[in-house]
Amino acid sequence: MSQWIEVVELDKIPVLGSRLVKTREQNIAVFRGSDDQVYAIRDACPHKGGPLSQGIMHGTTVTCPLHNWKIDLTSGHALAPDEGCSNVFAVKVEGGKVYLQL
Amino acid sequence: MLKENLVLIGNGMAGVRTLEELLKLAPDQYNITVFGEEPYGNYNRIMLSPVLASEKTIEQIMLNDESWYTDNGITLHKGKKVEEINRARREVIASDGTVAHYDRLIIATGSVPFMLPIPGVDKAGVIGFRDIKDVDTMLEASSKYKHAVVIGGGLLGLEAANGLMKQGMQVSVVHLLDTLMERQLDKPAAQMLQKSLEARGMKFLMQASTAELLGDGRVTGVRFKDGSVVEADLVVMAVGIKPNIALGKAAGLYCERGIVVNDTMQTITDPKIYAIGECVQHRGTAYGLVAPLFEQAKVAANHLAKYGIARYQGTVTSTKLKVTGIELFSAGDFIGNDKTEDIVFKDAASGTYKKIVLEGNQIKGAVLYGDTVDGSWYFQMMKDGTDVSAFRDSLLFGQHHLGDSGHNPETRVASLPDSAEICGCNGVCKGDIVKAITEKKLFTLDEVRAHTKASASCGSCTGLVESLLAHTVGGDYSATPKTKPLCKCTEHTHDDIRAGILQHSLKTMPAVREFFDWKTPDGCPACRNALNYYLLCAYPTEYQDDPQSRYINERAHGNIQKDGTYSVVPRMFGGMCTSDQLRAIADVADKYQVPTMKVTGGQRIDMFGIQKEQLPAMWKDLSTAGFVSGHAYGKAMRTVKTCVGSEWCRFGTQDSTGLGVKLEELTWGSWMPHKFKLAVSGCPRNCAEATIKDIGVVCVDSGYELHIGGNGGIKVRVTDLLCKVATEAEVLEYTGAFCQFYREDAHYLERTAPWVERVGLAKIKAAVVDDAAQRQALHARFLISQQPAQIDPWKARANGAEALEFTPITLAQ
Repeated sequence: MSQWIEVVELDKIPVLGSRLVKTREQNIAVFRGSDDQVYAIRDACPHKGGPLSQGIMHGTTVTCPLHNWKIDLTSGHALAPDEGCSNVFAVKVEGGKVYLQL
Repeated sequence: MLKENLVLIGNGMAGVRTLEELLKLAPDQYNITVFGEEPYGNYNRIMLSPVLASEKTIEQIMLNDESWYTDNGITLHKGKKVEEINRARREVIASDGTVAHYDRLIIATGSVPFMLPIPGVDKAGVIGFRDIKDVDTMLEASSKYKHAVVIGGGLLGLEAANGLMKQGMQVSVVHLLDTLMERQLDKPAAQMLQKSLEARGMKFLMQASTAELLGDGRVTGVRFKDGSVVEADLVVMAVGIKPNIALGKAAGLYCERGIVVNDTMQTITDPKIYAIGECVQHRGTAYGLVAPLFEQAKVAANHLAKYGIARYQGTVTSTKLKVTGIELFSAGDFIGNDKTEDIVFKDAASGTYKKIVLEGNQIKGAVLYGDTVDGSWYFQMMKDGTDVSAFRDSLLFGQHHLGDSGHNPETRVASLPDSAEICGCNGVCKGDIVKAITEKKLFTLDEVRAHTKASASCGSCTGLVESLLAHTVGGDYSATPKTKPLCKCTEHTHDDIRAGILQHSLKTMPAVREFFDWKTPDGCPACRNALNYYLLCAYPTEYQDDPQSRYINERAHGNIQKDGTYSVVPRMFGGMCTSDQLRAIADVADKYQVPTMKVTGGQRIDMFGIQKEQLPAMWKDLSTAGFVSGHAYGKAMRTVKTCVGSEWCRFGTQDSTGLGVKLEELTWGSWMPHKFKLAVSGCPRNCAEATIKDIGVVCVDSGYELHIGGNGGIKVRVTDLLCKVATEAEVLEYTGAFCQFYREDAHYLERTAPWVERVGLAKIKAAVVDDAAQRQALHARFLISQQPAQIDPWKARANGAEALEFTPITLAQ
């Protein structure tokens, strides 16, 4: 059953940056946009599994640190002309805290 | 908000290119309607010559088929000629009565062939060379008739003549002057061209003035002013084009030769109306080549999208003749005058001719015949105003000879097989690139990069890819503009932005983006990192570094590896070490179970496979043992490599290791536009390989030679000699000054080698060597910038700085 899990305080994620969240099953990158919108995506680029949490965020996109693929954080899709997709997770901010649906 | 209506008259390359650029910037701003006289979508008019020569088909030269218009919500009225523009009612009216209302209008009616006003010009079989219909007429005539006469020995005329000859006709070219293509070629090149075309069977009637076209109904011959007559079943007029301004003129727009426009491509009469392409006159010039049209399209689109920051300032054009087997290139002022000098190479036997016109050591023009691979290199230097004095004696041998440094390489792409690998990083072959260019109809380097990944990584094959692009789509491909914007977020160049940061005291990234009217709120990885560096360089003691605007390697102070682990390289000044230091590194390696260790090319020890969260603890241990960060991960000063020098070596002339340590103590930690390496060799045997470093010191008995701008990476480049000095103190001062000049002048991610080639050695010598006051000022600024830079980032992080970066969040689930 999926449930909302408290992850971290919003201000512990740098603006236009990310934090790496490790669960038992997988690594998830949680990003914070310049408008304080939060996004969560599996920490693996669809190209060669690069850790997206280490990439540079701009707008709602992250550029993979390994080979510069650009991944849309809202959908998990690679931006054209690259093709591929990584899982995204539902995420919300309440009372200054970030919750992830797992 | 209600969408405004945008109407385009003219479904040709210039107009549709404007729409494409506009859709990129503001896809939803306008309802767009297009009127095109021809019954087709948009096609690549410059490729009509290959179609005529049966080297390409019409399908291959279509740029936008009808589905493109539908997909972008554009209404296309094809085969409808616009008869009238009613400016008062803001309407255009087509021949079939179709009326379209506009809020903004683009006139891109192109040009019409100039037909000589002589008797018989209206006979059947007399045509210009402008559109698909003309090509069809020529192909049809070639199947029924034998004799063709092309009037006009210019670019278009010769391409038409070549095509007709390929179709089996006997072709005579009539030219008024005594040399062909006089607007593009000087006399020797024109003569070589004529000879080679004659060898293919083309006939020439030079200095011949056409008087009359003979025949009843269909043309049968051409009579000249001297009374002579030649047989002709087909006459192609290619004596020139004239801007098609009839519609604009009738609408009351001010016209001279073309419709007169300002720098934002608006007609000077009516700012709601833009004009673009061959129908236009801008600053007195009407262009007939495609590169300027594309630049104009960009500017008009920018204005239509209400950015309003682009200006069209005219285009320097170059020409290539699209006749298979004949290589010909010309650009600029290739004739010269009494202030210019020529460098000429001519080998009639091999069919090669090269002429470069110089004025004050800058290229003003060039003509190449037979061997044109260096055309785009000369052209780029001509546009950049590069000072060529440093390699003037080998200029004619081309860039290949010069030993280029990875940017703008030029090779014989045309002769490469399809299987030749062009992009070594991404494994892209010539065949893949050519296929993508032709199938996806790519015109620009960026498009080729996006679709094939060629030149998208290290960029060293950029020149090759550009050459392929030029070769595949013809000489008029959309060349990289002479002023390259910093990135897609802005129209402004690196230099503009660096100057603006200083002049207007812009001290934060948002301030820069606001001042220069950035298109994206947060920028992109390219501009964020560049701006972060530029601000840090301009305000070293004030600027607050933004970790989110650095590559992960610089943020994590280690090199990310393919599995997401990091590598750690402690600094060993000058490559020197003690047994205690080595033991300390060994202890750290044991403690953290380092799986792989290696000695680097820069004489350091590299430890691989470190988890990110372990880095601060490891740094703490290294820091305790006296090590600081080696910056092996940064766009920064990396290493000073040394050979052993006079302390031990029987050939050593100076203390190269001691000097190496001093140089590294001076420069370590400095953030640079790109990675930066030094070396000190103790004698001219040069065991430290100093002459392929950004700064190489070669010790000699009487002092120290300072070499700069070398590169041992993608493309090997040997350094240039900057100067020779007598003392170690001078070496240190010149080094600091050179570093600072590079830091303040180069573009972000530009290594010293391409930078030296771009700005010229003379400029660097003037600042660092010739002017003692400037050298001291540069050196002083370098020292100021080093104060904050030499706070060891490893120690700071070991003590808790940036802790979040290194701490993952672990969930129980």
